Amino acid sequence: MTTTALNSYEDAVSRYEPVIGLETHVELGTATKMFCGCRTEFGGEPNTQVCPVCLGLPGALPVANRAGIEATIRIGLALNCDIASWCRMARKNYFYPDMPKNFQTSQYDEPLCTEGYVDVVVGGKDYRIGIERVHLEEDTGKSLHVGGATGRIHGATESLVDYNRAGIPLVEIVTKPVPGLGALAPEVAKAYVAELRDIIRSLGVSDVRMEQGSLRCDVNTSLNKPGEEWGTRTETKNVNSLRSVERAVRSEIIRQSTLLDEGTRIFQETRHFQETTGDTRPGRSKETATDYRYFPEPDLVPIAPDPAWVAELKAALPEKPSSKRARLREDWGISEIDMESVANAGAVELIEETIAAGSSPAGARKWWMGELARRANETGVDLAAVGATPAQVAALQKLVDDGKLNDKLARQVLEGVVAGEGDPAAVMAARGLEVVSDTGALTAAVDEAIAANPDIAAKIRDGKVAAAGALVGAVMKTTRGQADAKTVRELILERLGAV
Amino acid sequence: MAAISREEVAHLARLSRLAVTEEELDRFAGQLDVILQSVARVGEVAADDIPPTSHSVPLTNVYRDDVPAPSLTQDEALSGAPDAFEGRFRVPQILAEED
Repeated sequence: MTTTALNSYEDAVSRYEPVIGLETHVELGTATKMFCGCRTEFGGEPNTQVCPVCLGLPGALPVANRAGIEATIRIGLALNCDIASWCRMARKNYFYPDMPKNFQTSQYDEPLCTEGYVDVVVGGKDYRIGIERVHLEEDTGKSLHVGGATGRIHGATESLVDYNRAGIPLVEIVTKPVPGLGALAPEVAKAYVAELRDIIRSLGVSDVRMEQGSLRCDVNTSLNKPGEEWGTRTETKNVNSLRSVERAVRSEIIRQSTLLDEGTRIFQETRHFQETTGDTRPGRSKETATDYRYFPEPDLVPIAPDPAWVAELKAALPEKPSSKRARLREDWGISEIDMESVANAGAVELIEETIAAGSSPAGARKWWMGELARRANETGVDLAAVGATPAQVAALQKLVDDGKLNDKLARQVLEGVVAGEGDPAAVMAARGLEVVSDTGALTAAVDEAIAANPDIAAKIRDGKVAAAGALVGAVMKTTRGQADAKTVRELILERLGAV
Repeated sequence: MAAISREEVAHLARLSRLAVTEEELDRFAGQLDVILQSVARVGEVAADDIPPTSHSVPLTNVYRDDVPAPSLTQDEALSGAPDAFEGRFRVPQILAEED
């Protein structure tokens, strides 16, 4: 442990150049596992979605799921990759109870897809992230560590394993190292994962929910001084939200620069991102690549995608998220910079769905990029998981458009929606937040305000309509903010004969 | 020259979490050496134009449809396990200290 104070981020990136790389795992949304017919639904009782194949029982033989192969090829095509004309699965041997076979069926030197790229925009500038490979493998089981004080792996005396997840198809997408990003490295890393997520979601092959683990990201970071060779990289795991991707890169840059300044060597190691503190901690030391003793999987025959099939899949790819954004930007009438913020906040689909549910583009964007984005940021969750749905936001905006809520009340209703109190109309009713539209009640409040402030009333009668603001304030106070300020003002002027 | 050293056997045993005695290391190293030397003879006859064989049958693209098949019950799944708890396989401590 170092006792030296950490460098500031600005200082770190002024003297060191970061190189980043990202490995992303996407759990495919197939109905069954990759090599057996067990279901993949989340949340089943432990070890009820297992069979001799995914438990690695002797004599069991795997057969590849066509849907998993197809989804991997479609991801590769959407990432501008070349598709292998022939490749094999491989055994990655390691002894760890999360894989009952003592190996993970994966791909090694023959990935299904290679040499692609993803383009992202950060700060109005284009960045092309090279894709090294996209390969198919299987997910592992889930371990519960017990006996330790914290339920974490260190200090646990035993582990309880559920293999329902073991064998679910996973696609691993590995970028080439990305140098030259400087201070923007954390933001570009986040933008890349957001773009990747949008691309994969558009294909409909995974629900790509980071908070549920169907999209998981490992972030590699190294630092070097300008003009020198790239430094030793660390790999940060447990990065479970877009915001965490950015924070993980940033904190590694700060940590490594501080160590390098002390003259301490960086070790190639796996580190774990800490959601609460935003920094990284050392994880288990890794068996080196050659120790996995990869060899071709003898029980699965080679994959040789028919070029005609690949061409068919390519022709049927959906609209690219970037083209879609350009189209939506036109429809919504917003600037490129505004659209970039929307995209980087992960709000494109949310706003689109809100508009589809009946909201105006301006209304939808206002809530998602304002109140909800602020809340997501404060609580450290992705916007999609903030607690409000597009349908609810559209319903909220409709209440505003219908004059039932003013801006201030709508914010309070939204707060209730996010807190899980129900749909906007229900929250409005339960919290008694509706705008007072009963003219009788409002007129009474206005008359009361006039009677209580005879001097101001006299000024308004004399034509000094600007003085009405004070009376509006008084009425808003007696109605606890539940009146429409514009209506109140009109009513005051009308009662005092100033219109 | 041996095809596999005693150290390599010890390394493989450690990766496989096998407790192997000094005496066993000598014996296994000798046995594995014989096996590896036999297999190596294949390399002597393989010409450059013969690709390494990973599969003995000339098949590609054998797939199944993405249709669920019955799984085992939890009891069946755990029936061969040395130890289980609340529907899960119970295994000893995975990582020792700062492993």
